[in-house]
Amino acid sequence: MAAPYDLKDDSVVVIIGSGAGGGTLGNELAQKGIDVVILEAGARHEYEEFTNNEWDSFGQLAWVDKRTTSGDWRVARDFPNLPAWIVKSVGGSTTHWAGASLRFQDHEFQALTHYGKVKGASLLDWPITLADLEPYYAKAEDKMGVTRTNGIAGLPGNNNFKVLKAGADKLGYKDCHTGNMAINTAERDGRMSCQQTGFCFQGCKWGAKWSTLYTEIPKGEQTGKLEVRPNSMAQKIEHDKSGKVTGVVYVDKDGKQQLQKARVVAVAGNSIESPRLLLNSATSMFPDGLANSSGQVGRNYMRHTTGSVYGIFEKPVHMYRGTTMAGIIRDEARHDPSRGFVGGYEMETLSLGLPFMAAFLDPGGWGRSFTSALDQYVNMAGLWIVGEDMPQEDNRITLNKNEKDKYGLPIANVNFNDHPNDIAMRDHAYEQGKALYEAVGATRVFPTPPYPSTHNLGTNRMSEKAKDGVVNKFGQSHDVANLFVSDGSQFTTGGAENPTLTIVSLAIRQADYIAKEMSAKTI
Amino acid sequence: MVTIFNRKAATRDAPQPNDKHRLSRRDLLKGGTVGLGAILVISGSSIIHPEFAWGLDTSNLKPETMVTLIQLARDIYPHDHIPDRFYAIAVKPYDAKAGEDAETKKLIEDGIADLDKRAGKGGYIGLGWEDDRLAILRKVEDTPFFQTVRGGLVTGLYNQEEIWPLFGYEGESYSKGGYIARGFSDIEWL
Repeated sequence: MAAPYDLKDDSVVVIIGSGAGGGTLGNELAQKGIDVVILEAGARHEYEEFTNNEWDSFGQLAWVDKRTTSGDWRVARDFPNLPAWIVKSVGGSTTHWAGASLRFQDHEFQALTHYGKVKGASLLDWPITLADLEPYYAKAEDKMGVTRTNGIAGLPGNNNFKVLKAGADKLGYKDCHTGNMAINTAERDGRMSCQQTGFCFQGCKWGAKWSTLYTEIPKGEQTGKLEVRPNSMAQKIEHDKSGKVTGVVYVDKDGKQQLQKARVVAVAGNSIESPRLLLNSATSMFPDGLANSSGQVGRNYMRHTTGSVYGIFEKPVHMYRGTTMAGIIRDEARHDPSRGFVGGYEMETLSLGLPFMAAFLDPGGWGRSFTSALDQYVNMAGLWIVGEDMPQEDNRITLNKNEKDKYGLPIANVNFNDHPNDIAMRDHAYEQGKALYEAVGATRVFPTPPYPSTHNLGTNRMSEKAKDGVVNKFGQSHDVANLFVSDGSQFTTGGAENPTLTIVSLAIRQADYIAKEMSAKTI
Repeated sequence: MVTIFNRKAATRDAPQPNDKHRLSRRDLLKGGTVGLGAILVISGSSIIHPEFAWGLDTSNLKPETMVTLIQLARDIYPHDHIPDRFYAIAVKPYDAKAGEDAETKKLIEDGIADLDKRAGKGGYIGLGWEDDRLAILRKVEDTPFFQTVRGGLVTGLYNQEEIWPLFGYEGESYSKGGYIARGFSDIEWL
């Protein structure tokens, strides 16, 4: 009994995006009796509709609206119009994510304090600490059913994990296990357990992996206080003369422009689209874009320092069988500048099917060096590196002055240059990954370049002072009291951990704050 | 109309003239067709693989161009255990596209003509050693022609479900209940 709200109803909270941030916030508010409309750019595909086929699934779920790229990152050369591999569908990228649910480490919330000033980096401490977020991490882990929390058993290790674990043991790593995953090991919360199908990135057809699509959203809808409007692409946030936001202009499923009035607006369109929306909402009162008096909207774009290492062995591994991220090594996640860089990185198993391996192993590669690797597909094991990258002012989302979308609004350009710290970290991780697989007998190892970004962070960052960022410690705009940012774009720094658990925790915390401020009538 | 067709190998003694795709090898050879390399045979607008029983019609590209494209596809992504027909399927869409788009037609025909010119007498396909062909490809690898063909192959070749088993990739698994009871943790050599 999803509640349909009137376009003129200016008592609703309008949330833009239905992923980890928007979907969670929507349900949390609805549970508190607050009326919510979620505008989701993508269509609604229930999990039965997902497909175990990489390219077909990409066509079904991925955000493929054109973007442009610049900067020295290899993605700009290999995938110039696909800087990010994220989702345009109800549930957002929680349909596609692998399920890794890690808490930030204490020091990562105070990166500037612990790392010191790093040349060329715009490091800043978060305005919150781990202690502030711990109660919300606990709620999020329970909500999402994260393994190795709340008495939930870890997932069984697949072949890819077993190779990783054997290498970790040989290298003397101590903190290696099958991860903290938002994937059911047993039936929980009305969802069944993991069947080791191996298509986590294509959407879990069992519903075993947590996604807002079949948890938060239907739960919110059941309250009668949440309406999700699919195929609704937000274009512009409107405001009144006092500078308060009043509604969201969007294009509906029939291609018609609509205005949904709002009491509060929360932006959760992921770290490329969220700043684009704020920048496209510029008016004479806010000439540089909404919430942008600091000039920080779109800046400090982070994508995690990533890369993969694949090893070829003499005998079969069948890495594609079972959960895609089947295990983790956390020993390198510490901050230890003696390695030649600040911050740390995680190593997590990863597998791609043959079609995506061909596309991502060495984009642009050809000839026998490339094909002889694919010939050994069955004998391959793989891991993904995810580490903290340095925020930089000029790594940023801007509006492309020359290219517009089909509705006439400027598209986003994503500019990114690797920081020397990012490169040092990636090189270190490549060496460790290579050593790990060679320790188990790999005959050939591939340091594979970063894929289009899955962890897009930081472009509307949280800051104590209004001049340093876009939002305060509750994700509330420094400039506009009834405007919030609810996705990973509010991250002040990236940490080494997969961001979803932190996004969900922040959304739960933000819901408490919004409810409190609404009842106090401050917003 | 472009078709890839698999056919039963025709016997030499029983040509079936009513079906132009079911020509015997002898008919092809004596009918003034051109044999290229040792494998593919061109007959009119058809390319026929007489030993392994498949063929391909071209409508917009020259059949010789298509034969060279197939070789080029193999040289870009050589898998010795993958038969020619999969490479043919991967490059076949260029024939249809050439009919819709004059620029594509020019890109492909000119690109192939350039390879032939660089190869000299006998053309690209006449170069018997892969290394000799690769020496040419390294000179053209940054051209739009090469990059178009290479880029198209990434999906055109590797997204053919029929070749996945040849790489040991098992594809869709949901309908089989995933791998929970089918070897997700069956590694024994560690």
